[in-house]
Formats: sequence, structure tokens, C-alpha cells
Amino acid sequence: MTDAALSAANAAGAAHASVRVERVRTQVVALRDGRLETALDDTEVGTGVAVVRSGSFGFAASVALGAQPAAALAREAVDAAGLTAPARRRPFVFADEPSHGRVEWSSPFRRNPMDVPLADKVALLGEWSRQLMGSAGVDHVGASVVAVQEDKYLADLSGTVALQRRVRIHPQVDVASVTAEGDFEEMRTLAPPTGRGWEYLEGDGWDFDAELAQLPDLLGEKLRAPSVRPGTYDLVIDPTNLWLTIHESIGHATELDRAMGYEAAFAGTSFATPDRLGSLRYGSPLLHVVGDRTADHGLATVAIDDQGVAAQSFDIVRDGVLVGYQLDRAIAASAGFGRSNGCAFADSPLHVPIQRMANVSLRPALGAGPSTEELISGVERGIYVVGDKSWSIDMQRLNFQFTGQRFYEIRGGKLAGQVRDVAYQATTTDFWRHVEAVGGTSTYLLAGAFNCGKGQPEQVAPVSHGCPSVLVRAVRVLNAREEAGR
Amino acid sequence: MSTTGLAPAAEVAERVVRAARGPCIAIVEERHEAEVRFANNTVTTDGIRVDRRVTAIVVEPPETPGGPGTAGVARRSGEVDVEELVAEARGSTSAVDDAAPLVEGAEDPDFGEDAAVTGLERLTPVVRSLVGAFARAEATGAVLSGFAEHRVTTTYLASSSGLRRRHAQPTGALQLVGRDDGASAWAGAGTADFGDVELEPLEETVRRGLGWAARRVDVAPGRHDVLLPPSAVADLMLFLAGAASGRESEEGRTVFSKPGGGTRLGELLAPLGFDLWSDPAEPGLECAPFFVTSVSSADTSVFDNGLPLGRTDWLRDGRLASLRYHRAGAERSHARPAAGADNLSLALAGADGSLEDLIATTERGLLLTCLWYIREVDPKTLLLTGLTRDGVYVVADGRVVGAAGNFRFNESPVDVLARATHASSAVRTLGREGGSWMNRTAMPALRVPDWNMSTASQAV
Repeated sequence: MTDAALSAANAAGAAHASVRVERVRTQVVALRDGRLETALDDTEVGTGVAVVRSGSFGFAASVALGAQPAAALAREAVDAAGLTAPARRRPFVFADEPSHGRVEWSSPFRRNPMDVPLADKVALLGEWSRQLMGSAGVDHVGASVVAVQEDKYLADLSGTVALQRRVRIHPQVDVASVTAEGDFEEMRTLAPPTGRGWEYLEGDGWDFDAELAQLPDLLGEKLRAPSVRPGTYDLVIDPTNLWLTIHESIGHATELDRAMGYEAAFAGTSFATPDRLGSLRYGSPLLHVVGDRTADHGLATVAIDDQGVAAQSFDIVRDGVLVGYQLDRAIAASAGFGRSNGCAFADSPLHVPIQRMANVSLRPALGAGPSTEELISGVERGIYVVGDKSWSIDMQRLNFQFTGQRFYEIRGGKLAGQVRDVAYQATTTDFWRHVEAVGGTSTYLLAGAFNCGKGQPEQVAPVSHGCPSVLVRAVRVLNAREEAGR
Repeated sequence: MSTTGLAPAAEVAERVVRAARGPCIAIVEERHEAEVRFANNTVTTDGIRVDRRVTAIVVEPPETPGGPGTAGVARRSGEVDVEELVAEARGSTSAVDDAAPLVEGAEDPDFGEDAAVTGLERLTPVVRSLVGAFARAEATGAVLSGFAEHRVTTTYLASSSGLRRRHAQPTGALQLVGRDDGASAWAGAGTADFGDVELEPLEETVRRGLGWAARRVDVAPGRHDVLLPPSAVADLMLFLAGAASGRESEEGRTVFSKPGGGTRLGELLAPLGFDLWSDPAEPGLECAPFFVTSVSSADTSVFDNGLPLGRTDWLRDGRLASLRYHRAGAERSHARPAAGADNLSLALAGADGSLEDLIATTERGLLLTCLWYIREVDPKTLLLTGLTRDGVYVVADGRVVGAAGNFRFNESPVDVLARATHASSAVRTLGREGGSWMNRTAMPALRVPDWNMSTASQAV
């Protein structure tokens, strides 16, 4: 198939051509109050051909498999490049990348979730649900698991042929409590999605039994908690919350396609423009942020990206200064970078690979570093933020607002119980410049999401973010009820 | 074989039903898409694709909605081995709570026809127009970005009950963003076939916005009277409609829950008397007149596939009129089954005039262009947060006098409808954020007092 497509592209005059043949299998199982609500086993297959001919880009894709359809797609991609060429004012160029020959790679997992019968999945989620439904104060329980097996075969005219399998999984449990007066609160597990197999639900990488056992009491405390008084607080932010702040305010802001205006119509641009590379004081000197497509169990980890570039690890922020961007081959070429750092991804064989986020992670403090408790002990009046929930950031990645699963008041260096209705709001560089301390390796967690959106047509990408707990001084905290005028 | 190299879609649906040898629903969705993306005054990427998803739903339906039943679902794309697909669905069969008898009905006369197609040729006029638009933008120091897309999805639904439905859904959108040194402006439109949408009028709207922004006016965050254009109203109403889950409202977990139990059905939410509805026959917003889904959820059910869809009023005369229920849920709750068609309309009876008329009668206020990165903060109130985008203009004495910076807002769409004081007539519009998944919306512009601009955003 790939040979037929590449030959056809070559014969049609393409200077560059790459073919991806993919099979992406997604299983979704969701229970509501212990009863099965959603079960879907979805397999997407298809072929996508990208070409560059006479400086114009073309892409064609289909779910039809076989040598003949693949060759036809190559010719259609060349035709597409010709149709849009009149409105192309600058040639489309890919940065050079050496051939990597034949590469076979698989993400590490012990038990493929696809091999676990649905009945076993339902049984485990059902057991978790029943355990929680029997707890005082829990009125409703949702339990779900999403598992993905992604098989990609990529070949290009340079001679790179990559066969890769990635497995990822995201179990999630949420509980809700509703009072007779009409008040209610919800809370969900903090277990992040991960590049692992079914073993994750059996305790490899997360202690679900321990987390589930705590949920009812934590939910009850939240429902009884006082509403936060809005104002300025010092925040100790747990990695279960901070990963999302990193994702939105550093991960997206340092995508060079955004910074150069190529996402201006949709996802947005970035305040971290290329003229500020090497000089922008992004945050505290304690900040060391790395883009990494090689991290163990990372959701964005690969061996070869979707443009044939070998996976890499690279600095984005060092000593608090912007020093790097995430690149794909087209952006690298247009910005004068010699080589892409391997951040191309397409969420489907039917979509064009575009620049997507690496696992962008904040390094913990060197040496042992402080524990979360030690960070809390340095706060006179503050809030400890745990777990992610609502998130929103502007189109240049400056003004953001986040909520969380749990918020604990800090008084005199100690936790003083939960408060509720908290949202924290800041501007990216102000926030990161107010980081006073970064936790040690004992606080480090690799979290992330399956559903990072970008591009038109919109694509979703899985991505991980590792980080420690941090102490951030003087952050604006809102009361969500008051914001609603209640 | 069809033009795609795949077996005819209707035939595949029939084969799935035959392979099940029992109660079953087959869904075949074939989608043809074409798109052109542009940024920095040049075309960047383009693409064409052919997608086909085949879903087998093997069921044991009860005699009445809500009775005991089982379902197993499997979906594959491309050329599918239907025996394998059905076996996969059967292998995942489980007891479910949303079971209901299979929908019965006749065969659509066009059921056997091939799927409708589209291609990049549909977007050729846009590509041609872009050549001139890029040149004009460069001459004025502006930078254009945007996206043009056209797709046609043909859905085939067959079941062991004899139901045979086919619907071809054309969907298109054109969006244009113009940026200069300190400003951004947007225009966008949804369309079925690009027969009614051209680039030049959008370019003119963008040019007007950038012109308005030439004069900057400092406006502090706080509560302001705002004019919401139809696009911004659409993005808010999509959240309101999304929260209208019958089951979750009964459970006490939505803004439509009644304190102490039950729902707010019948309660007056919008004193001005707005109507909010979905209707597959809505002129200009036509969509599938039957229900289709491959997954069940709190208020949608695979058993309801093929259920005829008519007009569903979510708000009628300002009162909450419907919440979403599948048939089984409705039976349990003694409610009416309700499912939304693939469009959403908001209107105020008797309202006329346009956004421009609202501007002309506004003494002082902020005219917004788009809302962006809208996320739920608190389900109890449906408090949403988000940003203004692509132009916040200062209106004084009935005309635009300059542009302010952007803001983060915290507002609930339920409260917005409750507080709105004026509405224009409704027009077809494209939500800046939600338009990518709900293309067919018709909304009025609204004047809303005391809009909560929580903080300023430096973003352009």
C-alpha cells in the first residue's frame, strides 16, 4: 500500500510524500450508579497521504485500504495541492530529516486493555461503584474507563518506515452528594490518564483502592465546607492541578505554529513570540520546563513522529527564561530552525499531521527538594489546590482561570479544612514569576489528558505533563458563587 | 462498488442486519469532506477525506420502554467484515437501563442510493477570492487567517424491525480572522453548500472591525451593559441546551434542578419570553428528521435510533418546556421523551430589527464580537467563564466610537436570558467556538445589562 502511494506521488511530481496507515481502537465503558450506561468498541482504520508538490501542500485520506486506493489518494493529494496553489503566497517547505530506516516500537504495557473482556471491565467498575454507593453521603457514582490502542505505520520518500503501537488508559470515578435543600457537590478521582495497560487499574502506577476509600469523606467535607472569601492568597498547588496550568499556559504558549500566527483563526496565538526567544522572563528562575516525547508512560511519547522525525527531549524554559519551542517540520523550516524536534501528530489516519504538544513537564527541585507539607508550612494564609476541574485561558495564553477538585485553607503553615467555590485567576508570566518554591521528586507526578484540542478540522491529542507541587505567592482567588451573583 | 471503492453503504447496512439474525440496529455513516486552511495571508494546508463508520447494535429489547433488556455495540470504519462486527457487538452484550422496543417505520424511498459526495471543487470560489483578499490585506498591513470546510454526511439506518432511513446532511462553514498591530476581527458563516456564503462580505465585516479598533478606549473590568451578537449568543445557548438533561436535573445536579427535588420544568426562566427550540424542519437549518446515535448516555439511547424527530421546545415563552429523556428514562420519570435535532434556534416573539438597530438605540455599552474558551465553572448555576475575542467595541449614543481590550467573563446563560432587555430578530449564525460541532444555529442579538467582566485580558 505505502509503496504504491509513494510511487504514485513520486510519479506525479511530489518532492515530499508520506503515507500513514493506521488502526485506532477505542473502548469506552461507563457505569452510572453501578449500572452500565455506555459501552462502545470503536475501530478506525484508514490511509492518509501528504504531499508537497511545487511548493504546495496536499492531503487526501480514506478509510479504503489497499494498494489501488492508496495510489489514488496520492494522486488526489497532488491534485489538491494544485487546486490551492493559486492562493499560496509562500512555498510550503519541510525541514530536513534523515531517514531512520525501519523502526518498530511499542509503548510499555503489561496487559493490553483490548484483551480484557467487557464483562471484566464492567465488573471492576461495578465493584468500585457499589463500594462508594454504600458510603454515607454519596448519592450518585459515575465510573468509566477509556482505553486506546493506536497502531501507526508510516513511510515516506526519505526511506523511513515506522511501525508503532501505543496503548493508553484513563479510568475515572466521580461521586456526587445532593442535600434536601438543593445544594450539591461533586468530586472525582485524581488518577491521571497514562500510557499503560490494564495493569494500571490493578495498582501498577496508582493506588485506586486507597483513593476510592477516601472519596466519600472528602466529598462530605467539601459539601460542609465554608465558601471561600475572595482575595489574594498564596497557593500551594498539587501536581494533580498544576499539570493543567502548565498545559495551558506553557505547553500551548510555546507551540511555534501558534506563536507565528498559524493558529490565529482558531486555537489562538501566543504572547511568547519568536523575537522573545532567549530573553523572555517566563517565570521564576526555579522554572525548568522540558518538552519530551520520550518520557516513560507519557501520552505524547513515540519513537518517530507523524512526519518521520525521531522523538527528542528539549528545553523550553531554563532558569525561568524562554529558550525553546515545540516544532514540526513545516514550522521549523519557516522559522529557520534546522530541524524539527518531533512534535507532529495526527489523531486519525484521515487528518493532516500538525504540530502538537510534547509531554511538557516542569522539573522538580534538584536534590531531595521540599515535600508538599514543607511547602504548606511556608504559607501563613493560603490555599492548597488539589485536582483539576474547570479551565479557561485566552487566545494568547495570558489570562487564565482554573478551579479544582478540592481546596484546603492554609492557616499558619497548616491545613485548616476544605473551602469551596474557589477559582484562581492570573496572568501567565505574573503567575510563574511568583513561584517561590518548587517541590522535590517526592511530589512529582506525570498527569495529563486524552483530549487536547487544536487545528481545523479540530483534532484531539493525548499528552502528559509531569510536575511537582509548587508554592506560588499572591494569586487572585474568586468565589464562583459570588461571580454568578449569588 | 461505489466511487469510494467501498461496497454501497445501504447494502452494508442490510448485511449487518442479516448477520445479526435477530433484533439489531445498523448505522452506516459515510462522510466526504474537503477543507482549506489559511494563515499569515497564505493557504497553509488543505485536505479531502472519505470516512465511513459502520455500527452494529445487537439488542434484546423489552416490550415496553424501561423494561429489562440488553445491548452490545461495536463500530468499525472502512470496508467492514459484518460477521466479525456483529460478533464483536454480540460479545459485548450487557444488561442496560435504557432498553426500549425497536423503533418501527417504513423504508425511505432513497435508502438504496449512494452516499452524497463533495470535494475541494466546492471551495474553489473561496480559494479564488483569497488571492485578492490576501493582496488587499497585505496592502493595509493586515494579516488574514481562516478556514473553509464542506462536508456531506449520509446516514443509513436499518433495523430488524424493518426501519430503513437515509439522510444526507450537507454542512459548510467559512471563517475569516483579520489581525493588525493591536486588533483582531472575525466573521464567520455556516452554510449548506456555499451557494449563500462568499468571502468578500466576511472580509468587509473584518475590515470594519479593524477600522473600529483604530481608536482605543480604556474600559475597566466590572459590570457592563453589553450587546451580544448572534454568534456569541449561539455559543452561550449551546451550553444551556447541553445542561438540559432530564435525569441529571432530577438528580439535583444541574441548573434545572428544583431545590428539594424534581426539576424546574414549567418555571419562568426568561421573563422577556424567549423560545429556544430544535426542529429538523427549521427553514435554512434542515437536518436529519430521525434520531441516530452509536452510544447511550444519561439521556440518549441506542434503542431510540430511528425515532422521528420533530420540533422540541426547550424554552417556550420563557418557561423551561423540555428536558432530554430517552424513552426508557421518560417512562421511569413519567416525562415526555425528548431529543434534540442537530440545530438550535432562539427567538423572541415580536422582536425585529438587527444588531445594528440595537447599536443605534444603545446609549452606552460594549459590543462584543465573539466569546472564547468557554468552560463551565459551577453546574449549580451553569456559571461559565470565558474570554471576549476579536473585538470589544465601545458604543456611545448609538454608534461605535472605538475599541476596548478583551475581558474574562463569568456569566450563566440562564441568567443572561433572565436579564436580557432587548433582542433583535433571529438570523442564521455560526458560534465562534461551538460552531465546529453545532453548525446550524439561528439566534438574535441581545442587549444584556450588568454583564460580569471579571478581569481584563491583555490578549489580542
